[in-house]
Amino acid sequence: MKRSKKTYLLLALLLIAILFPILMPNQYYLQILILVFIWTIAVYGLNTITGLTGQLSLAHAGFFAIGAYGLGLLTTKGGVPFWLAFVLAIALTVFISFFIGLIALRTKSHFFAIYTMSVGFLIYLLIYKSDLTGGVRGLIGIPNPAPIGPLTFESITSYYYLMLFFLLLTIFFMYRLFHSLLGKTFVAIRNSEELAETLGISVMRNKLLAFVISAGLAALAGALYASYVRFIGPQMADIHVAFEILLYLLVGGIGTLAGPLIGTFIVVLLTQMLQFLEEFRMLVFGPIVVLLILFYPRGIVGGYLMWRAKRAKKKQILQAQHAKGGKEHAVND
Amino acid sequence: MELFFQQILNGLTVGSVYSLVALGLTLVFGILHVPNFAHGALYMVGAYIALTVMTALGVHYWIGLLIAVLIVALLSVVMERLVFSRLDSKDPLPIMIASIGILFFLESFAQYMWGSQYQRMVTPYGDTIQLFGLTVTMQRLLVIVAAVFLMVLLHLFLTRTMTGAAIVAMSQSRNGAFLVGINATRVSMLTFAIAGGLAAAAATLAAPINLVFPSMGNLVIMKAFVIIIIGGMGSIPGAIIGGYILGMAESLGATYISGDYKDLIAFVLLVLILTMKPNGLFAKGVR
Repeated sequence: MKRSKKTYLLLALLLIAILFPILMPNQYYLQILILVFIWTIAVYGLNTITGLTGQLSLAHAGFFAIGAYGLGLLTTKGGVPFWLAFVLAIALTVFISFFIGLIALRTKSHFFAIYTMSVGFLIYLLIYKSDLTGGVRGLIGIPNPAPIGPLTFESITSYYYLMLFFLLLTIFFMYRLFHSLLGKTFVAIRNSEELAETLGISVMRNKLLAFVISAGLAALAGALYASYVRFIGPQMADIHVAFEILLYLLVGGIGTLAGPLIGTFIVVLLTQMLQFLEEFRMLVFGPIVVLLILFYPRGIVGGYLMWRAKRAKKKQILQAQHAKGGKEHAVND
Repeated sequence: MELFFQQILNGLTVGSVYSLVALGLTLVFGILHVPNFAHGALYMVGAYIALTVMTALGVHYWIGLLIAVLIVALLSVVMERLVFSRLDSKDPLPIMIASIGILFFLESFAQYMWGSQYQRMVTPYGDTIQLFGLTVTMQRLLVIVAAVFLMVLLHLFLTRTMTGAAIVAMSQSRNGAFLVGINATRVSMLTFAIAGGLAAAAATLAAPINLVFPSMGNLVIMKAFVIIIIGGMGSIPGAIIGGYILGMAESLGATYISGDYKDLIAFVLLVLILTMKPNGLFAKGVR
């Protein structure tokens, strides 16, 4: 009964998402939603390594940038067909992240955070200084996605559906991951590496897998971003971007399935509303992060889940008391 | 050869600044058990406060430095009281994220208050002098002398006073410190104050050589992380030696390898060290 209610709600949400461009053909809204979709994919990536597996990675802006630059360089300078370049860009990031992860994951907790921060900074500096990437000037003239059969990607609406498709794919993938043994293995590692090891889990192998998956998702988001904005600069690899992705995740709920989507949606929307703040928006978001960590460390979704669990428990206790009370009454009678 | 000695001197100057920042970071690490990302923001705020009081009130450079040290020390304590003391020191993730939040806020605040342009701090010590055949500005020498002075002062404080001993005790063993009746709250506040003060002093000393801008702390703090990993987290001599090693490496590397990639040296060093020793050099024991 309850399950079907939830399913209906999700179906309704999906229907709204699909019908949105028809119901509201407003370019501005569509653009915002496209950005929400792209960033959500990157946040799901971070959620896999930081939320599920408990390792704070600050290199994700770097992976996002490698995905974007991979696509950009392969199409503009390599002359590779778009979709091939798209797949290659993600494969390249996965390949690079595998070797980074192999070394980085030998470190733990804050060492890992600092290590990945340094890796992220190295990626930024290499993009910034290298001649190949165009340095400060960035890369322009990235082509639109090539048509697939009858589907062409020129209008903003077609972009919207393209991003929605990849987002749904990501969410489906994450859903399967969350409910799989692999997802539970990741959580076991987050809770205690020693305990997980004792249970016979290969900690290193699973952490590496989580890291590679998360980098791949960040690269997917980066490649989508490059194909949508069609101009990329070294700023996208900046540490601030890594923090921003972390902020989205934190607001939504770290380690939850719906958190990345909800968090990104709310923060991106808030950013649009607070546009007069522009570069000062961290004046608002900085304290929000701190307050969230202090009072709602599990974010919006986590907070909701906790509230529901508490309520269920209360109900249970109440029911138990009621039953007990009833029995006593019976005895007294 | 003259170039070499010139670079050694430059390395000493840069290294002094790094050492002061890393010292504060390593002290706070003893309390939080997590490196404080917001430390770089304190560095930046320190430089701005000194610059502001110097230009607005027209006070002397040293008085500006003193005011900056006091205000940033206070800011650091407020930070500890409002945020860090409320977080569980056993869980590193929330502390790291909270400190990143503070870093962002302060950086944005500086941009809002003082603008994002680069500003120059003028000191009375801009003249160059001849020293053993080398040409140096007074300011560079001052940085070295002042840094060494502060380090000696800190050393005396930590080894010769009861309060200083309490700080060392806390960083060695939290439980042990509680057992002998050390007031954890006081020690923690004091440590944050010292760390903030050191950061502000380092920033004000370095500002006339470099420039003042909102993200000036980012690179410095990342390098300070590298230093405390090289020198061992929580180790005071490690922070000082590590700071000078990195200063030298950068200064010589910029001359003899490539000036373009000077900032890369620290991170390549870090990646290499953590690759070979995942728990840092001089890691004590195993888990």
